[in-house]
Amino acid sequence: MANDTTADGVVLAADGLPLKASLTRAMRKSRIRALLLVTPLFVFVLFSFLIPIFDMSMRSVDNWHVGTLMPETTKALENWDGKALPEEPVFAALMKDLKAGAISREIGKVGTRLNYEKSGLRSMITSSARKSKKVKEGPYKPIVLKMHKRWKELETWTVIKRNTSKFTIGYYLNAVDMKYDNKTNDIVMQPEDRQIYSTLFLRTFAISLAITLICVVLAYPISYLLATLPTRYSNLLMIFVLLPFWTSLLVRTTAWIAMLQSQGVLNDLFVFFGFVDDANRLQLIHNLTGTIIAMTHILLPFMVLPLYSVMKTIPPSYMRAALSLGANPVTAFVRVYMPQTLAGIGAGSILVFILSIGYYITPALVGGTDGTLISNQIAYHMQTSLNWGLAGALGVLLLFSVLALYMIYNKIVGIDNMRLG
Amino acid sequence: MSDASEPLVRFESVQKSYDGEILVVKDFNLDVAKGEFVTMLGPSGSGKTTCLMMLAGFEPATHGEIYLEGVPINNVPPHKRGIGMVFQNYALFPHMTVAENLAFPLEVRGMGKSEISEKVNRALDMVRLGGFGDRRPAQLSGGQQQRVAVSRALVFEPSLVLMDEPLGALDKNLREEMQYEIKHIHENLQVTLVYVTHDQSEALTMSDRIAVFDDGIVQQLASPSDLYEKPDNAFVAGFIGENNRLYGEVKEVTGDYCQVELEGGGGMVKALNVNTGGVGSRTTLSLRPERSTIGVAKEQSTNSLEAKVEELIYLGDHIRSRVSLSGNNEFIVKVPNSHGHVHLKEGEITQIGWEADDCRALDA
Repeated sequence: MANDTTADGVVLAADGLPLKASLTRAMRKSRIRALLLVTPLFVFVLFSFLIPIFDMSMRSVDNWHVGTLMPETTKALENWDGKALPEEPVFAALMKDLKAGAISREIGKVGTRLNYEKSGLRSMITSSARKSKKVKEGPYKPIVLKMHKRWKELETWTVIKRNTSKFTIGYYLNAVDMKYDNKTNDIVMQPEDRQIYSTLFLRTFAISLAITLICVVLAYPISYLLATLPTRYSNLLMIFVLLPFWTSLLVRTTAWIAMLQSQGVLNDLFVFFGFVDDANRLQLIHNLTGTIIAMTHILLPFMVLPLYSVMKTIPPSYMRAALSLGANPVTAFVRVYMPQTLAGIGAGSILVFILSIGYYITPALVGGTDGTLISNQIAYHMQTSLNWGLAGALGVLLLFSVLALYMIYNKIVGIDNMRLG
Repeated sequence: MSDASEPLVRFESVQKSYDGEILVVKDFNLDVAKGEFVTMLGPSGSGKTTCLMMLAGFEPATHGEIYLEGVPINNVPPHKRGIGMVFQNYALFPHMTVAENLAFPLEVRGMGKSEISEKVNRALDMVRLGGFGDRRPAQLSGGQQQRVAVSRALVFEPSLVLMDEPLGALDKNLREEMQYEIKHIHENLQVTLVYVTHDQSEALTMSDRIAVFDDGIVQQLASPSDLYEKPDNAFVAGFIGENNRLYGEVKEVTGDYCQVELEGGGGMVKALNVNTGGVGSRTTLSLRPERSTIGVAKEQSTNSLEAKVEELIYLGDHIRSRVSLSGNNEFIVKVPNSHGHVHLKEGEITQIGWEADDCRALDA
């Protein structure tokens, strides 16, 4: 219809306005409605999830302490070459900052921050700040050097100078068992006995993988049964699968402690039946075994449900067709049934794996020393050591490794093939 | 075609119960000759699919024995029976291509690669899907999936092929097309086919013989024409094709015929005595709509009753006339739209006549 189109090809509506504009106007109402429906959840997620995550990830690189609390020293150190102890102006600036910090009582934060890089620097800063109140006039260099022996070390000044910058990768180095060599300012590996995080990361991945595999092995047959049983039986069975879901996580974990501890139900039974003698009760808890047993139990429903929902959609006629075509039951199962459940295995695996990688409470309660995961270490730095920068760095590393795995999974299996229910 | 002395399939007093209380199949006997096309026809829940599943080996028979080429197969697992099967929803493996689907039965039989690809190509050509080997089943239309399913059931050259309502999911035109296609495949390959459907026109179109199921027993086993023209009982008469029924009491039996007094006050009529309980018993008279004529004079026909025209529906080639006759106001007469046919008006009183041979006295 030529008269409905302008010379430059814009299609017009009946009232002569461009059709696109009319369409936009007509759609505006429904778009506003959709927006309003989404708003409460979006605001909630923003404040409870996105902003905290952003904040924690910023903390992992944030290095405000020295620059903000020791502004004079920061400025004075700008041109220091790092080859010998600084000169008088730097010490004068330092004295000014120490005095200001002692009055505002903020100087301790600098001490804490510097202590992450080199232990002992906290006491140096705090004691010097305390003593600085009595100092009247310069020259300050000899006074400061007398305040604490660490001031005489070049290393101390290297650390301070390095941390005058607003951002640092120090926490990340720490999180991957590396550090700055304070003498040369190079990045080096931590000494062997202090390399804990990479071991912990590897252990977390290994345990998560093990739990995922065990879950697949345990969940597959039960899901198959659930999917093939008549509804009245499968509903009952489904309740048993879901029952743990409705019980508090803490209750289940403590129940496992009662079950697995050396004077617990399981060991009592083993002793009773003579599998082990009373003196050599099995250590099933506060170690790796305990973590794996309890977490597998807790995460099993997350594997059963996607598997079940996928299996439920596979009509029995596929297996029958395979049999009628001459395949024996095993071949039919492996070649016809199993490939169709891959989407469910993938969905369940990725769910269980991601959940177990970040699992905290169960390993904390039953894990002992060799059964704790990276999340327990993050919690330790959040709650006990209060090194939030390191906690943030570990958290960000965990987040990105999960995202990386997710992308690999997407490449190999395709996320569209995943079915959660 | 039933020239073989020994039937390919034999059901011998087979019974089936799922719950131990109700017999789904009560007493099933059937011989299927080599090369025959036998259809099991019946309403849903009549036991026809159960019989097919027992033959395929997916359901064990509760009692009785099934023979395949003279060998009892009750204890032979399905994958060793060598029976091809087409399922209701085709059951094409969605994760395999069409060619892989067709190759599957050959691979599990350990056939060589070149032989497999040759057979697969031939099977695809047979159902006119030559270039479709690399597609997934989901990329095919319903009719194409259907043809793949048929050729998959045939590709390993089984002597017996079962089909469980294979055309149920197709639309009407495609269904009719596929009926002829399956019939031709059956004729060309000389394969024995046992077919299950609830669609009587499908059964009439394709089969050599039809077993009409109801309530777990075979009501009649006969050729399509016999089923339509000579139903044994009231169920078959009602299930196959359109049927007018009149109820009455048998008053007199003479040779093959009987005199029946109609219940609605229509008087006495003469009918073929097929399946009645003798004099004094209640009977259902079955009469095909196209076998009664309208507007005939009393003396021109063996039976002639007065009827009132209730409704006329113009259908082009014929006019469907619903009349009330002897208290039955659902009596249908087909008036052919031929030159000089009777012109009726609704509410008119007319005469309906039929021959005794076309009116079968059956069980009540």
